[in-house]
Amino acid sequence: MEILVCVKKVPDPAENEIVVRRDGSDIDRDDLVYSVNEWDNYAVEEAIQLVEEHGGSVTVVSVGDEESDEIIRRELAMGADAGKLLDDEAFHYSDGRGVAAILAHAARQAKYDLILTGAQAEDAAAQVGGMLAAMLDVPYASLVVRVRVLDQGKLEIAREIDGGNLEINQIDLPCALSIQTGINEPRYVGIRGIRKTASVQVPVLGAAELGLVPATVGRAGAKVRKLDYFVPELGQGAEILQGSREEIADQLIARLKGRGVIQ
Amino acid sequence: MAYVYLLITCAGICLFAYILHKRLSPLLRAAPDPRLDRIGERIGKVVQIWLGQWRQPRYLLAGVIHIFIFAGFIILGLRSLQLILMGFWQGASLPGLEGSTGAIYNLIKDYAATWVFVACIVAAVRRGVFRPARYQVPPSLGKDHLGEALLVLGLICALVVSESLFEASLQNAAARSGAAAFAPPLTLLWAGRLILGGLGLPALQAVNSLSYFVHEMVFFSFLCFLPLGKHFHVLTSLFNVFFMRLDRGKVKPVRHGVAEDQLDDLPEFGVSKLEDFTWKHILDFYTCADCGRCSDRCPANRVKRPLSPRFLTIKARDRVYANYPLWGKAVGAEQELVGGIYSEDEVWSCTTCGACEQECPLGIEYIDKIVDLRRGLVDQGRVPQSLQKPLGALEKRGNPWGKSQRNRADWAKELAEEFAVTIAGPKQPVETLYFVGSVSSYDERMQRIAQATARVLRYAGVEFGVLGKAESDGGHEVRRFGEESLFLALRDANTEAILNSGASRIVTADPHDYNALKNDYRGIPPVMHLSQVLSQELERGGLALEQGPYAGKTVVYHDPCYLGRHNGLYDEPRHVIDAIPGIRRVEMEGNCRDRSFCCGGGGLALFYEPEEEQRIGVVRVGMAKEAGAQVIVTACPFCLANIEDALKIAGLDQELEVLDLMELVEQHLPVARRAAA
Repeated sequence: MEILVCVKKVPDPAENEIVVRRDGSDIDRDDLVYSVNEWDNYAVEEAIQLVEEHGGSVTVVSVGDEESDEIIRRELAMGADAGKLLDDEAFHYSDGRGVAAILAHAARQAKYDLILTGAQAEDAAAQVGGMLAAMLDVPYASLVVRVRVLDQGKLEIAREIDGGNLEINQIDLPCALSIQTGINEPRYVGIRGIRKTASVQVPVLGAAELGLVPATVGRAGAKVRKLDYFVPELGQGAEILQGSREEIADQLIARLKGRGVIQ
Repeated sequence: MAYVYLLITCAGICLFAYILHKRLSPLLRAAPDPRLDRIGERIGKVVQIWLGQWRQPRYLLAGVIHIFIFAGFIILGLRSLQLILMGFWQGASLPGLEGSTGAIYNLIKDYAATWVFVACIVAAVRRGVFRPARYQVPPSLGKDHLGEALLVLGLICALVVSESLFEASLQNAAARSGAAAFAPPLTLLWAGRLILGGLGLPALQAVNSLSYFVHEMVFFSFLCFLPLGKHFHVLTSLFNVFFMRLDRGKVKPVRHGVAEDQLDDLPEFGVSKLEDFTWKHILDFYTCADCGRCSDRCPANRVKRPLSPRFLTIKARDRVYANYPLWGKAVGAEQELVGGIYSEDEVWSCTTCGACEQECPLGIEYIDKIVDLRRGLVDQGRVPQSLQKPLGALEKRGNPWGKSQRNRADWAKELAEEFAVTIAGPKQPVETLYFVGSVSSYDERMQRIAQATARVLRYAGVEFGVLGKAESDGGHEVRRFGEESLFLALRDANTEAILNSGASRIVTADPHDYNALKNDYRGIPPVMHLSQVLSQELERGGLALEQGPYAGKTVVYHDPCYLGRHNGLYDEPRHVIDAIPGIRRVEMEGNCRDRSFCCGGGGLALFYEPEEEQRIGVVRVGMAKEAGAQVIVTACPFCLANIEDALKIAGLDQELEVLDLMELVEQHLPVARRAAA
């Protein structure tokens, strides 16, 4: 199975204290460190496991800048077979549709049976997966938490629906899936793993190589623009229950009963 | 008859040599491990731990029984050799065993045979009737070894009884012909002579031949049985102790003989298959006597985490035996250890507290094996999810919480009104560098340790600086959790920052950083733990502590593993506490100093979510309560974190309080000194 996984470099909230710039134009990026988007890591792990079991290869692709090379190498260190970086001045400030269009052009360069994206990116709007599937005219399922390969070019997939329940679907290949966290346990990649990929070439493809009209993507093609970032105002403070351990427990039970949470 | 005995001897020796040859073959395939350095120290270890049986009495009854049997073996070995030679060499005698020395030797060996016999009976009753829990084997791991233990005790008894009957029959025969024959009173020989008292010469001759034959057969059976099970230690212990690790607190390199800058060329890190262990580690497996002392002291085992150091060894030994059978070819070269005989949780459950190694009477190592197994897992990407986040943050931010480096010295803001903490660097060199460590820099509670440390240093008159944002995590647990490459990166960053600070000495209040800087780093100034600094200052008269809020309280000191067991600093922190007037200090008897019980582990261990029945710290605070303490004082931020949590979980936070040594000292600094400063 030939699998394409779309990954993105994001400022990881676990490793950054996110501060919004005073003018609201962006977050403060002076002291940010970047990681691979958490959902994408699960998608790559899933792709690697599928290939380990059923054969084929995993290609990782990212719309980004020079620094995205590192996150592609991280995925190569996990076990992906090849990586492509989609980087062009014309791609900057793309909206979701623009990013999906760039990825769609990359996806058409080879014949992929399965295209995976993360369900969402930590810094974006969970829209690229669906748009990408539509542009490629392949079936799509979102929030996938289990993938099983059936015969005759079909997959059985489980989607997470309300309350942690699962919805089981059959889907025809080729298709696109957006992967939810928890589908697997992504393997660890350290400095050593990344250094081992130093000799691997990660080609950088621009608009020309992808056969894309620059004006359809990037700032020029964007139909959605960010206007403002703001931090919500603090609400009323939480109430701290006082007293001994038993008194606190009694108060808590009384309140929960009072609101009908427990009988 | 001489030919028969020559034949038995040759056959016995050949079989024994064949078995040993088979047992040696995995050692030859194992990883290198140079252990022929510091011969003097090694001989010292042999004299103390092997010959002197130094660690045996830590378990008093079993230890004393063992010392008797061991001494008997040493003494009677010579006699057995003599007996074997006599079988085919009339009048065989060993140099030194003639004349008066021979007579003295005979006297000693007759008593030795007797005490060995008595010791074996006591041991058999203890094992067979009282059945100490330490020897039990969980059903999932097979049967217990009672049968093997009793068989061996029986064989030993057979050896000493047959030797004594052999001698007794000779003496009785000699006495009949009027020759002098002395049997030391109350020995087996003496008893043998009484029992054989009424027999005539032909009967004595028969007893003599039969007992000789029994001794010969039992001896060679026993010899060839030894390398088949836990009694292999009778043969290997001398070597295992000689080759034991000499340095505490250190971790073995990824692979001996491969320089750090060549590590990237290694196809794999750590241990994933049996032969990835070093030869010494396989010798450890052979040497284990299955006594269970390690697991008895293991905090992870105590709270039913899926780790028992004893079975870490025994499972590997059984795997060696299975993969290298006595008859037939070696098999199983492709078997992964983790996922096979070990589980991942088992390997991550260890806190590297070192209690097992402290206890082992045979010098078996565990920490290096655990670290090597973890290195293997890390290299394959098999790292628990709970550890991946902190490791990623350590790589990017130099601390496990992913906090900004810029905020590393924020803890010092609190002190701004009293004094400014110097941020050391090329433009502002300092003599004494206070290495704060990640947890005391960022954790809100532990920042109070950093603040207390700064005050204590200041009012003890020590001019110091900190590295601020140039400081990274010391990497102590990063290395011990098997992420060697990340450790090396952290170490290099810190080394550069430390050298840039111009410091001529480093002090720290964190035993993990202390151990890392002292034992894992190279080419940096000497490092001291704050308890050493204060102990020295008190000794010198540079600091005197006053009576304060803890007067009249009963305090117990909890030894942090990386201060105590790994670095031998037991007395300095106690000295500091005892210098505070009005404090009564007690000990958690049996669980203090080198038998201290881990708090649950530091660094990355705080992030790992093990399967366990209860928290290790909860067991520990129970011990403190038992000791009658009102206050637990420790000298490690991780111990403080674990114990503070444990007190809450155990519901003891109303009656027991925990604080760091620095916080205790801070509250007893001379008031006048603080006011003046």
